[in-house]
Amino acid sequence: MKSSVIIFPGSNCDRDMDVALKKFGFKNQMVWHNDDEIPKSDLIVLPGGFSYGDYLRCGSIAGKSKIIKSVIDFANSGGLVLGICNGFQILTETGLLPGILQQNKYLNFICKNVFVKIKNKENKFFKDIKKEVLELHIAHNEGNYFCSNDELKSIEDNDQIAVTYCDQKGNDDEENNPNGALKNIAGVFSKNKNILGMMPHPERMIDQYLSGEDGSLFFENLIGSF
Amino acid sequence: MKVKVIVTLKNGVLDPQGKAIQQTLNGMSFDNVSEVRQGKYFDIEVKESDEIKAKTQVEDMCKKLLANLVIEDYKIL
Amino acid sequence: MIEVNEKIAIEHGLKKDEYKKICDLLKRTPNITELGVFSAMWNEHCSYKSSKRHLKKLHTKGKQVIQGPGENAGVVDIDDNDAIVFKIESHNHPSFIEPYQGAATGVGGIMRDVFTMGARPIANLNSIHFGSPDHEKTRNLLRGVVKGIGGYGNCIGVPTIAGQTCFDESYNGNILVNAMTLGLVNKNKIFYSKAAGVNKPVIYVGSKTGRDGIHGASMASAIFDDKIEEKKPTVQVGDPFTEKLLLEACLELMAGKSIISIQDMGAAGLTSSSIEMASKGDLGIEIDLTKVPCREENMTPYEIMLSESQERMLIVLEEGKEKEAKKIFDKWNLDFAVIGKTTDSRNIELFFKNEKVAEIPIDFLAENAPMYDRKWIKSELPKKNSFSKDQFKSLKLGECLNKILQDPNISDKEWIWSQYDHTVMGDTIQRPGGDAGVVRVHGTNKAVAAAVDSSATYCNAHPLTGGKQVVCESWRNMISVGAKPIAITNCLNFGNPEKEKNMGEFVECVEGISEASKYLNYPVVSGNVSFYNETKDKGIKPTPSIGGIGLLANYKKMITMELKNNGNYLFVIGKTEGHLDQSVFARNILSKFEGPPPEVNLFNEKQNGLITLKLINNNLIETCHDVSLGGILTALSKMSIKGNKGINIFPINGLVNKFQYFFGEDQGRYIIEIKQENLENVEKILKNDSIHFDKLGLIEGNEISYGNDLKISIDDIKQGYKKWLSEYMVN
Repeated sequence: MKSSVIIFPGSNCDRDMDVALKKFGFKNQMVWHNDDEIPKSDLIVLPGGFSYGDYLRCGSIAGKSKIIKSVIDFANSGGLVLGICNGFQILTETGLLPGILQQNKYLNFICKNVFVKIKNKENKFFKDIKKEVLELHIAHNEGNYFCSNDELKSIEDNDQIAVTYCDQKGNDDEENNPNGALKNIAGVFSKNKNILGMMPHPERMIDQYLSGEDGSLFFENLIGSF
Repeated sequence: MKVKVIVTLKNGVLDPQGKAIQQTLNGMSFDNVSEVRQGKYFDIEVKESDEIKAKTQVEDMCKKLLANLVIEDYKIL
Repeated sequence: MIEVNEKIAIEHGLKKDEYKKICDLLKRTPNITELGVFSAMWNEHCSYKSSKRHLKKLHTKGKQVIQGPGENAGVVDIDDNDAIVFKIESHNHPSFIEPYQGAATGVGGIMRDVFTMGARPIANLNSIHFGSPDHEKTRNLLRGVVKGIGGYGNCIGVPTIAGQTCFDESYNGNILVNAMTLGLVNKNKIFYSKAAGVNKPVIYVGSKTGRDGIHGASMASAIFDDKIEEKKPTVQVGDPFTEKLLLEACLELMAGKSIISIQDMGAAGLTSSSIEMASKGDLGIEIDLTKVPCREENMTPYEIMLSESQERMLIVLEEGKEKEAKKIFDKWNLDFAVIGKTTDSRNIELFFKNEKVAEIPIDFLAENAPMYDRKWIKSELPKKNSFSKDQFKSLKLGECLNKILQDPNISDKEWIWSQYDHTVMGDTIQRPGGDAGVVRVHGTNKAVAAAVDSSATYCNAHPLTGGKQVVCESWRNMISVGAKPIAITNCLNFGNPEKEKNMGEFVECVEGISEASKYLNYPVVSGNVSFYNETKDKGIKPTPSIGGIGLLANYKKMITMELKNNGNYLFVIGKTEGHLDQSVFARNILSKFEGPPPEVNLFNEKQNGLITLKLINNNLIETCHDVSLGGILTALSKMSIKGNKGINIFPINGLVNKFQYFFGEDQGRYIIEIKQENLENVEKILKNDSIHFDKLGLIEGNEISYGNDLKISIDDIKQGYKKWLSEYMVN
C-alpha cells in the first residue's frame, strides 16, 4: 500500500508519521507542499505540527497552499485522507471536514495521554479494531472542537463523529474532556467516511517503550483495511 | 459604557504572524500587499458612564495588562 | 556622525580605562560603529573578562569529549560514530522584561547553537528560577516563561523532556531562565565556527535584520534620532516558524560539502559572529553592510552590526557554491545574501554605501580584550546547628511530610511540563517528572538521558560544597535512570562580579564543580556565565545550573522511579547521617536557615553510583530514585505516588532520631526496589563492595506507614503534592 505524507513548512510530526506508516507496512513517500501533484497513493496523511507557524489561525495558511488542491481532488474522488492534529486543523480549514478547532478551554497547551472512544467502526479507519477505547496521546493548544448546532445535528445524523475523549472505561462525559471540545469530539469523518481528522496522535504510541501501544492497533487496522 | 482598544506591536518589532500572512497573500496573487502587521482588539464593558473616567481606567488597564509597552502600543478608540 | 568621547563610551558600558585602551590600541578615537563593536566584544557576555581565568580551572577533558568549551556547544562521543552536541545558556534579563519573548528567544538561541554544529536537536530542557510565590510578579512571570518555552519548543517540534523550577525570594527582581538543548550528529560531520581560506564568500541567511535588542546603546541611539521610543525595541521577538525553516535549510545545506564554517548570530549579532569566525581562523573579514537584508528603513551600520534579531546565521562557503546554497534557502523561503568575504588582513573591515565605515584589527577585539582578576572573598563553612530533642517533641511525621510535599520547591510541576510537547519525535521513553528525561537515539538501541539541576540554597550556604553537590546531584540523576553519566554543561548565574562576595561565590562554586566533575569523570564541555543578576544592589543566591547527560547502551534497561510491585523490598544505598542543616525540613518545619549544606564525599558518591548502575545493568533492581531535597521520606512519597503503591517502612536502627533519618539530606543515596528472588544477590554485591545500605521497607497496601508514628494514605499525600502549583496558578 502506498501512502504520502505532505510536508508543510512548519510540519513537525512528518517524520514520526513516516516511521509509523513504514513500521506497519506502508510504502510511504514524503511530498513537499509546493509540489504540483501527489504521486499515486492509497492514503494521504496531513501530519501534525505548526504549518506556517499556525499564524492567523491554525491550519489556515496551509489550507491555501499549492498542494491542497490535489488533496481535495483526491478526497473528492473517494481517496483515503488522514489528518492528525495540525492535519485535522488543516482539513477543517479547507472545508473537507466540518467544524473548527479553537483554543483549548483552559488556554494552555496540553501534552498527555488520553483515552478515546471509537464511535463508529463502519469505516476503513477503525473497522477491525477489537477495542472500544484506545489510549492515545494529545499535544496541542487548539484542539477544542466546535461547530454550529445545525452542523452538529448533521454530523450526528450521518455518524460522522469518529472518536470522543473519555476515561478508561469509555465514559465520554465533561469530566473527561481535556480541552473543552463540543460533545468531547476528538475526531470526525467526512460524510463518506473516507476522510478522518483527529487531534490524538496514534504515531506516538506505537511501541511499549513509548508508554502505550494502542497507536499500533490503529495502524495495523489501517494497513489491513485495503 | 463600552471602550474599544487596539493593541499593536510597536513599529520595528518583528511581527512573525504578519510576515507569514503577507507572504501567503502574495502567494494568493494579492501582489500589491507589501506589509501586514496584526494586533489585538478588545471590547471592554466598563461600569462607568463618564467617558473620560472610563477611558482613564482603560488606559490604566492597557498599561498594566493589555499591552506590554516594551514591545506593544495601544490605542483607545 | 556622532563624535565619540569618553562619556559615550561609558554609556556603552565600557570603563574609563577600557576606553583609553581602545584609543591607545587604535592610536585614534574610534568612530561610533567601531565603538559599538568594541563595546559588544569587550562586554562580560562576549569576553568573559571576569570569569575567564577561573573557567580555565574547570575539568573539560575526557576520552568521551570531542569538543570542549569554546565552540557554539560541546560535543561528546556516544559510540558508533554518533555524537551528542549540547549546551545550556541563560536568558535571564530579557525574560524578566518580557517573559514570553525572553524565554522563547532563549530556547531559540540555544537550539541554533546546537544545529549550527550540524546536529539535529533531539531534546530541550530548562531550569527556571522565580521569586517568592507571594511576590506580586511571580505568577505572571512564571506563566509567561512557561508559555514562551512551550511556544517556541513545541512549534519547532523538539520534545522538552525535563527541567527544574525553583522559587526563592532572592530572584524576586531577577528571574533565571536557563535553556538547554541536545542534538544528535554524525561525529564525522560536525561543523565548527573556525573560518579557513581567503576570499571565501561570507553568507547571511535567515530572517531580516531589525533594530531588535540593540543594547547598551540607549543614549547613543537617542542621539541618532529624536524618536527614540520608536527606534529602540530592545526585546527580541522570536519566530519559531522561521527557526524551524532555518533548521531544515541548514541541515540540508550541511548534507553537502559547501560549508567551511558556520556561526549563529546570537548575542551581539553580526559583530560577534563575524569576528569569532575570523579570529579562530586567523583571518580578516570584509563585510558590505549595504547587502545585509534589513527589515526596517534607514538602519545605520552601527545598528546593523549590533542588532540581535533572531533566527539568523553567518556562513563561510566554499567559492562557487553560492548558487547551490541559495537554492536551498529559496526553497525554505529564507533570506540569503552574500555580504562579504574572508581576507588575509586580520582586520574586520566594514563598508556601507561604498564607504569604509570601520576597520579594526581582529586581535584588538578578541585577544586584547580586557581580562580581570577580580577580588574575591572566601566563604567560611558555617557552624553546624545542634538540634535538641525538644525541637522535635511536638512534631508529627505525617504533618511534616504533608507540609514538605506542598513546598513550592518540592511539589509536583506537571502544570508546567504538561504544557511542553515532550513526546514529539517519537523517541521519548522517559517523560518529565522522573529523575531525568530519556530519549532514544533514533533508529538505534541507544538512549540519552538528560537533566538539569541547581541548588542555590546549598551554594549560598557554602559555595564550594554547593558547587560539588550540584554536579553530584546531576550524576545521580543519570545513574537513577540507568544511564552512564558522560558530561555536563554549566550555566553559571551569579550576582555582580565587581563585588567581592559575589565574585567569591563564583570562584568557589567553579572550584567545587571542577573538583566533583574531575573526580567523577564528568567533564564540563560547554556553558555560559551570567553575571550582574541583581536588582537594587541585591544579588541572587549563587546559582550554577548543571545540565548533565548520560548514555544507555540499551534503552530497554532504562528504569524509572515509580514503585512497581507489591511484595518487593526497598533498600537505601548510602549512609544516612541525618544532616538537617539547610534541608527543606530545617527551613520549613524548624525555621532554621543557618548551617552548612550536607557534606559531599566524592569517594562514596562514586562508589554508590557505580554500584547502583551495576545493579541496574544486571537487571537486579526494578526501580531507582536518588534521595535529594526533602530526604528519604519525600523520595519514598514521590515513588509511592507515581506507582500508586504503599510502603511498610521497617524500624530504623541508627543513632539518629526519626526526623533526622527521614528528612536529612545526606548526599550519595539511592532508593532501590528489589524483587524477593534478587534480594540475596543484591545484598551480596553491596556487601562485597563494602557499600553501606539500609533495608528500608516493603511495598504493600495503599499507605505509607512507619510503626505507630506514621500512617498516611497515598491519596492524601498525592492530593497535597499535586495541588500546590495548579492551585497557585489559578488564583
